[in-house]
Amino acid sequence: MNDIIWSVILALISLALIAAFIRLVRGPYLPDRVVALDLISVLAMGFIIAYAVRFNQPNFLDVAIVLALITFLGTVAFAYYLERRV
Amino acid sequence: MLQMIIVFVLMLTGALLMLLAGIGVLRMPDTFLRMSATAKAGTLGAGLILLGAAIYFNDLAIYTRALAIVVFLMLTAPVAAHMIGRAAYFDGVPLWTGTVQDDLHGHYRRSTHSLEADMVPLPEQVNEVVEADDYAEEG
Repeated sequence: MNDIIWSVILALISLALIAAFIRLVRGPYLPDRVVALDLISVLAMGFIIAYAVRFNQPNFLDVAIVLALITFLGTVAFAYYLERRV
Repeated sequence: MLQMIIVFVLMLTGALLMLLAGIGVLRMPDTFLRMSATAKAGTLGAGLILLGAAIYFNDLAIYTRALAIVVFLMLTAPVAAHMIGRAAYFDGVPLWTGTVQDDLHGHYRRSTHSLEADMVPLPEQVNEVVEADDYAEEG
């Protein structure tokens, strides 16, 4: 029973990742792609946390911390580049 | 047993919110509406999943880490969304055709990257429209 629930949780996040990836590929503008990348990193963070709980590995939470820190810096750098480009 | 039920409810709710963010970013008609889906649903989904992880491990070190991530996410998500939205608007990304109100229209001077209270002269707006399709793709 527990295995089924875990599979459902991870499958839902994977579906969200696929949807965000389709938006990343389709664009049509550069800000759309930046938004999709931002969402993909948040989804990957959620996936890592769910995986850490599923296999009882509390150390994986540190990966989520690093991912959260780097994502913000990347998004701000993209936004700064977009605004100064024109 | 009760602990696992709470963990599963939190994680399933968080995963559903994340799926909602994914569908939103795929189906919304416009950059700014897409951003509203990702910034809110994505952050809330990650927060709920983290809360579930903290309750599952039930350890002070994990609680501290989960709280740090949630606080950091809630501090940075609005800032990042604001910066992307600002850059997208100034970059000339078109609004959805059903948009009712655009308060910034005509108040942005492209040459100096500044907002002004008076209307900016018309030639800059023509310039903006021409450059808007600069990097648009077909399809």
